[in-house]
Amino acid sequence: MTTEHTTRPVIEARQLDLTFQTNDGPIHALKDVNLTIDKGDFVSFIGPSGCGKTTFLRCIAALETPTGGTLTVNGMTPDEARRRRAYGYVFQAAGLYPWRTIAKNIKLPLEIMGYSTAEQDERVNKVLELVDLQGFGAKFPWQLSGGMQQRASIARALAFDAEILLMDEPFGALDEIVRDHLNEQLLALWARTEKTIGFVTHSIPEAVYLSTRIVVMSPRPGRITDVIDSPLPRERPLDIRDTPEFIEVAHRVREGLRAGHGDAV
Amino acid sequence: MKQFIAVLTVIATIVVVWYAACIPMNIKAVLTAQERAGAEVQPPSVKDRRDMGEVGLALNNRFAIPATWEQDRPRLPAPHQVAIELWETTVEKKITSKRSLIYHGWVTLSATMLGFVIGTGLGILLAVGIVHSRVMDLSVMPWAIVSQTIPIIALAPMIIVVLYSVGVQGIIPKAIISAYLSFFPVVVGMVKGLRSPDVMQLDLLRTYSASRSQGFWKLRLPASMPYLFTSLKIGVAASLVGAIVGELPTGAVAGLGARLLAGSYYGQTVQIWSALFAAAILAACLVGLLGVIERMVLRRMGMAQ
Repeated sequence: MTTEHTTRPVIEARQLDLTFQTNDGPIHALKDVNLTIDKGDFVSFIGPSGCGKTTFLRCIAALETPTGGTLTVNGMTPDEARRRRAYGYVFQAAGLYPWRTIAKNIKLPLEIMGYSTAEQDERVNKVLELVDLQGFGAKFPWQLSGGMQQRASIARALAFDAEILLMDEPFGALDEIVRDHLNEQLLALWARTEKTIGFVTHSIPEAVYLSTRIVVMSPRPGRITDVIDSPLPRERPLDIRDTPEFIEVAHRVREGLRAGHGDAV
Repeated sequence: MKQFIAVLTVIATIVVVWYAACIPMNIKAVLTAQERAGAEVQPPSVKDRRDMGEVGLALNNRFAIPATWEQDRPRLPAPHQVAIELWETTVEKKITSKRSLIYHGWVTLSATMLGFVIGTGLGILLAVGIVHSRVMDLSVMPWAIVSQTIPIIALAPMIIVVLYSVGVQGIIPKAIISAYLSFFPVVVGMVKGLRSPDVMQLDLLRTYSASRSQGFWKLRLPASMPYLFTSLKIGVAASLVGAIVGELPTGAVAGLGARLLAGSYYGQTVQIWSALFAAAILAACLVGLLGVIERMVLRRMGMAQ
């Protein structure tokens, strides 16, 4: 199986372990995490706080270093993958630089990676259109709403054409209505760009609505308790959330969360 | 309009308190002079007057009160005396005159500006080093703090003597004392500013595999700008104090410090006070100018709304 290069997974974790040494003793953030993410998957990580979902995402991004097991991204170590610009990362807050316009914010990674000015402009226009922010390039972040700022930060993560998009509760700080709208847009964007997306959330409806696979995690130690392959079609209008299939998947996620919590207490 | 009234009220209060304070401060000298001129003073005996409180004396000799605001060498000059002196030594004197406050102010200002530039440059360099190197953080920061615990008035003569012995004199020693006072707020402010980007911002740059210098130029330095300007305002005022203090121990013949010194030698209190006010006005102008530059820079950066 491991020699089968044609269908090599995008992200593969084997018996991944991560222990933080803190002043209050070691914290077992990830324990024996096994997961394979294929190209084009939309994978959500859901679980209560402290379950290691963000930590796992940060391991993929080489922002944390696992203390055990193996983790490959595009068949490389996370560090190598980062150097090859394998992924774009979207944080919980938009984190736009207040002294840069939206266009200049999106150019930030492009400047760092050494793209030519002409190419920078071209890419900015392309991703602004992808996140539906045409005409806002010259605005400063404070002139935009929270939802628009987060869209701009997604555009920034898309600007350098990474295959993988890692999103750490990107809509967590936004209200329900804006969040619904952004979820819909994110699905459209995913369909157009065919990216592989890793998405951390603590909202069950959001996870079920967006994902092709849902990874349910539980805390102390952080581990995977269930991986659900969604039976929902890739094409998803918002009202799919009222269908029996949707409710069934949501139910299974909730059960998984409860089970994980049950044996932790 | 409301603010205008508030500002006027504060100024009016200060002026009233000042005039009131002139009465007890100057009454004894005034009464002696008045008596010599033939006026009848209560109580008539000099000895009695010496033992009496100043307020009591003023109440006993109300006719003498206006004269407490008009003396040649009062203990405490009245506001209008200082204002007139300021007017005469700035507007009415040619700026080439040795009695022009503009001339003296310029001498001090040039040392201040040179010291401020040196201090700011040094402060920024140290802050960059401190933020990027743990060794520097541990080794330089304590010394920077210790340097500010030494009273500058004790250190200034030594700086001047040491520099004189190696042949450096004139504006440089004053500028160095001035820089000595102004680098510290810049170091503290810039260290804080360069460290102001949060973990998320730094993580974001890591996901781009950005180098340290890219992180500095694209994130840390722009993020530190508001902190820098706050420190610069404190620093420029400290610079001015440093330049004035640098003029005191040398018996300098020019500069606001020299003016203060000369005033105290000859009991010219009006001259001292007008030099003090000139220094205060100069400091206010420098801080105000920095405020204008701050607004312009931050607006250009898009950080001021």
